[in-house]
Amino acid sequence: MVYYFHSVRLDQEKCKGCTNCIKGCPTEAIRVRNGKADILEERCIDCGECIRVCPEHAKYAITDDFSDINDYKYRIAIPAPAFFGQFSDKVSDEEIIATLKMLGFDDVVEVALGADYVSMAYRNYFMRDDIVRPAISSACPAVVRLIQVRYPSLIPHIIPIESPMAVAGYIAKREYAKKYGARMDEIGTFFITPCPAKVTAVRQPVAGQANVDGIISISDMYGLVMRNISKLKHYPEIVKAVKVKASANGLRWARPGGESIGFADEITHVQVQGIPHIIKVLEQFEMGKLGGVDFLELQACPGGCLGGALTVEDPFVARVYINKLANKRTEDIDIAPDDYDDLTEQGLLYFESEIEARQIMSLDADIGTALEKLEKLEEITNELP
Amino acid sequence: MRLDFTIISDDFFAAGAASARIKKSLQQVGIPTSLVRRISVAVYEAEMNIVIHAYSGKISLELAREKVRIVVEDEGPGIEDIQLAMQEGYSTASEEARRQGFGAGMGLPNINRAADKFEIESTVDVGTKLVMEFNL
Repeated sequence: MVYYFHSVRLDQEKCKGCTNCIKGCPTEAIRVRNGKADILEERCIDCGECIRVCPEHAKYAITDDFSDINDYKYRIAIPAPAFFGQFSDKVSDEEIIATLKMLGFDDVVEVALGADYVSMAYRNYFMRDDIVRPAISSACPAVVRLIQVRYPSLIPHIIPIESPMAVAGYIAKREYAKKYGARMDEIGTFFITPCPAKVTAVRQPVAGQANVDGIISISDMYGLVMRNISKLKHYPEIVKAVKVKASANGLRWARPGGESIGFADEITHVQVQGIPHIIKVLEQFEMGKLGGVDFLELQACPGGCLGGALTVEDPFVARVYINKLANKRTEDIDIAPDDYDDLTEQGLLYFESEIEARQIMSLDADIGTALEKLEKLEEITNELP
Repeated sequence: MRLDFTIISDDFFAAGAASARIKKSLQQVGIPTSLVRRISVAVYEAEMNIVIHAYSGKISLELAREKVRIVVEDEGPGIEDIQLAMQEGYSTASEEARRQGFGAGMGLPNINRAADKFEIESTVDVGTKLVMEFNL
């Protein structure tokens, strides 16, 4: 078996073996043995459903410590759009960015800026007539992994365009290398993540490069920002120096529907959030019942990235904050056409390789043995209430 | 290994449940993805045919090492002209079914195209029986 990294882990001490997590797991990746949950690594897609349902808070996600930024000469924070939705509307995005700088980051490149590039790439993608429709957004790594595991026949529908995070990571490194003549390995990019699936996407990308060196959870970073934001008044020059570059729509990627906003009306899009709903839609899709749909925006978490398992604020409340912040930003994407073409030519906006199926549903490598096991499985299931 | 399902007519809520179960079983046995999709599309069409046209029906799945055999039998109006029903685009589906996106007249032609072997028998006012086989 190929080693497969995954981010969601179990705290043995806290687990009571209650089996709640088993019921919610979309890939049947959890067993309870000897009174403790056990996550099967090759099946886990890091969607975070088990983190959400565990009454003992025994599930957690591996992330990096904030102190890891000290391993790099130059440190750049790349906060997810969802990060900005965590604070009350009394805090501006300039202040949030300034606090990150005050805490020790040399620069902040918003993932929302990466989303601006990706939005352009998506729009161009739909102008092509050789694409498979409906095309599925590739931005949610838990969805991509769900498809690899449960719907491998739909892999060709996944849009082969990089995530906003990967693009932001690249831009951050490129700008720093250009501005300060820094070597790429001297620059550490730290993604501030709403979810465990992104941790996996960085440590083990499915088809491209993450351009990210470390991952800090939104909940960790939120605490640091909240404890320190009041000190900003001693550093007015930091706040003044902040210039927000990403557009309103870039920021809106945090919430349901955000990826589809930039599309013209002729692109029919369906937006689905939450793994159970996504499964229903993908089942229909696989049976050939989604005719006339061009784009499927699928987000594993209810509430989109704002509902990620590592966020702090309630996703419905956070949505209001994101909308307010977005409304203050420009609706225009500030990307030079040359710059966009340059990234496209270098292949940085597209996946480097094909996404592979991860067929883990089969009960045995030998069909005969698998059949025997399936028969036994049916017998046992029929006896259960 | 054999699995049996009962299908209820006009139950659009449960419609597709049998196909989904069959698909999962095929995946668990380790049947290649493209074949799983081909079989599930055919079974889904047949299941919807019962929901839309018949009064009640049964689907049975027989899984063996070398082939998958699926028998779909219903009690229903039967098909008057099988040749006509096998033509693409021909449909007698109700207005309600059409509004749900079914009744495009592709069901039987799709099944015929997907299966390696396909047989259909029908008696008017009695019912219809489909047998489809897929080689592994």
